[in-house]
Amino acid sequence: MNEILKILETDCRLSPEEIAAMTGRTPKEVKELIADLEEKGIIRRYKAVIDWEKTGDERIFALIDVKVSPERGVGFDAIAEQIYRYPEVHTVYLVSGLHDLRVVVEGKSMKEVAFFVAEKLATVDRVQSTSTHFLLKRYKEDGVFFDIPESDKRLAIVP
Amino acid sequence: MHISSKIKSVPPSGIRKFFDIVSQMKDVVSLGVGEPDFVTPWRIREACIYSLGKGYTTYTSNYGLLELRRLIAADIEKTYGVEYNPENQLLITVGASEAIMLVMHAILEPGDEVIIPEPCFVAYKPCVIFAGGNPVTVCTDHTSGFLPAPEEIEAAVTPRTRAIFLSYPNNPTGAVMPKETLQAIVDIAVKHNLYIISDDIYDKLIYGETHTCIPSLPGAYQRTVYVNGFSKAYAMTGWRIGFAAANPELLEAMMKVHQYMVMCAPIMAQMAAIEAMKNGEQDMQEMVRQYNHRRGLIVKSLNNMGLECTTPKGAFYAFPSIKSTGLSSEEFAEKLLLEEKVAVVPGNSFGDCGEGYVRCAYATSIQNIQIAMERMSRFVKKISS
Repeated sequence: MNEILKILETDCRLSPEEIAAMTGRTPKEVKELIADLEEKGIIRRYKAVIDWEKTGDERIFALIDVKVSPERGVGFDAIAEQIYRYPEVHTVYLVSGLHDLRVVVEGKSMKEVAFFVAEKLATVDRVQSTSTHFLLKRYKEDGVFFDIPESDKRLAIVP
Repeated sequence: MHISSKIKSVPPSGIRKFFDIVSQMKDVVSLGVGEPDFVTPWRIREACIYSLGKGYTTYTSNYGLLELRRLIAADIEKTYGVEYNPENQLLITVGASEAIMLVMHAILEPGDEVIIPEPCFVAYKPCVIFAGGNPVTVCTDHTSGFLPAPEEIEAAVTPRTRAIFLSYPNNPTGAVMPKETLQAIVDIAVKHNLYIISDDIYDKLIYGETHTCIPSLPGAYQRTVYVNGFSKAYAMTGWRIGFAAANPELLEAMMKVHQYMVMCAPIMAQMAAIEAMKNGEQDMQEMVRQYNHRRGLIVKSLNNMGLECTTPKGAFYAFPSIKSTGLSSEEFAEKLLLEEKVAVVPGNSFGDCGEGYVRCAYATSIQNIQIAMERMSRFVKKISS
C-alpha cells in the first residue's frame, strides 16, 4: 500500500495497469487499493507541481510566523482552524521553536498579502504576534528542483 | 605500422556502429545505456568537492586508501559474512574493469583457458585475450534463464583451463544464479583446481532474491577473486572506482600489475567512495526501489507486445527474445532506431548466443520507458503484419 502511495506521490498520472506492472499486482487490486485510499482520506488530492513564475502569472507568497496563546481544552487547533479557513491561507503548520504556527499566505500583490496579515491574521483572538517573510525565489519544492533543469549527460549507448 | 596480432584478433565493438547512428539523431529514447540514469547522490559528490577543497590531490597507497579498504571489508563481512584483511586482501582499482584485467594478467600463462558463460559483458573475453589467454564460452539461452548447467561448465574444462568466470546478476540478461548451482560450479573448480573470478558489480541491484557471494561458499574462498565496485550500486560510473578481494598471494600479484599500470585509483574518487560506504545506503536503496518498479513495467510491456521476456532478477536490463519477428538482433535494433527512434543494444554484442535477443536497459525514467514501449510496440506490430 505504501509502495503505491510513494509511486503516486511522484507521478499521479500513472494508470492502474502501469502501477500494477510496477508493483507485481493485478490492475484490479490496484484500482481497489487506490479507491480505498481515497475513501479513507489517505490520498487527499491529486495535484501538479507548477512553476508559476514561468507563466508570467504573478503570485505572491509569504511565510508568516505566528505566535499564539493556546486555548484551554483545544490547544492550538481552534486558532489554527480560524486561520486556515481563509482561502488566502495556502498552508498552516504547527511548529516547534520560537513561534507556534507557520502560515503560508498567497495573494496577488505584496500589498494584498500585507493587508490580509494586518487585518485578518494579526487580529485573530489569541494571536500575540506575526512576522512576515515574503517568498522571493523557489529553489526546490516537493522534491522538484526549480532552478536548474537536470539533463541526462550519459552517452546514448554504453555496454 | 605493426599492430599486435593479439589486439587485432579482438573485433571492434559491435555497439560502436549504433553509437555513431544514435549520435546523429534527435529525440531518441535510449534503452541502450548500461549505467544508472541517476546522478551520483549529492552527499557523495559533495564529499568529493570538500576533499578537493582540503587539498586531497595526491597519490594514495597502491592498494588504495586504507580507510576505504577497511569500510569495504567491513561491508562485505556484514553483508555476506566473508572476511578479508583490508591490509593485504583488498585492492582499490580504476573501476571493476581494471580489476578484471589485473586478474587475467596475474593468473594466465599464454594459451591458458578461461571459461565464460555467455551472453556476458563485452570486456571479459578481450581481457582474457589481451593477457594471452583463450576465452572458452559456454552458451545459454532464455529457456534455462540464461544460466549454464554445471555439467556444461565441466564439459568445457580442459587441461589448459585456469579459471571459471561468473557474473551474476548478469549484464545483459539480468540472470541471478541460485546458490546450489554456484556451489556445484565451485565444486568443479575445486575438483580441477581452478580459480573462480566473480564479477559482482550488480550485487546490490537484486529484486526479491538474496545475492550469494561466491567466496562465502565452502571450498571457494581461497580460489575466488571477488570483484565489485561503486559504479552501479551508487550511480558512480564516471568515478571509476572498483575493487578486488582475494587471497594475499594473488592480490599481491594483481597489485604488482596495478602499480605499474596506474599507480593508484584517483584520490578524489576514493574520497567519494568513502562517503558512499559510510552514508550511501539509503540513497542506494531508493534507487533499487525505483529500478524494481521500472523492471515490472518494462517486462510486462515487452511480453504484451509479443516479445518473450523472462523476468530478470537483478541488474537493470531486460533481455527479450526478438526471434518471433524474424529479424536478426542487429536488423531489429537498427530498424527500431531508424523507424521509431528507440535505441536498444543487439544481443549478439554480448556473445554469439545473444543473437535473437536485444538488451533494453531500464535505467531510465518511467516516462521514458512508457514512450519507448509505445514506440517499440508500434514497431513490432508493423513488422509482424
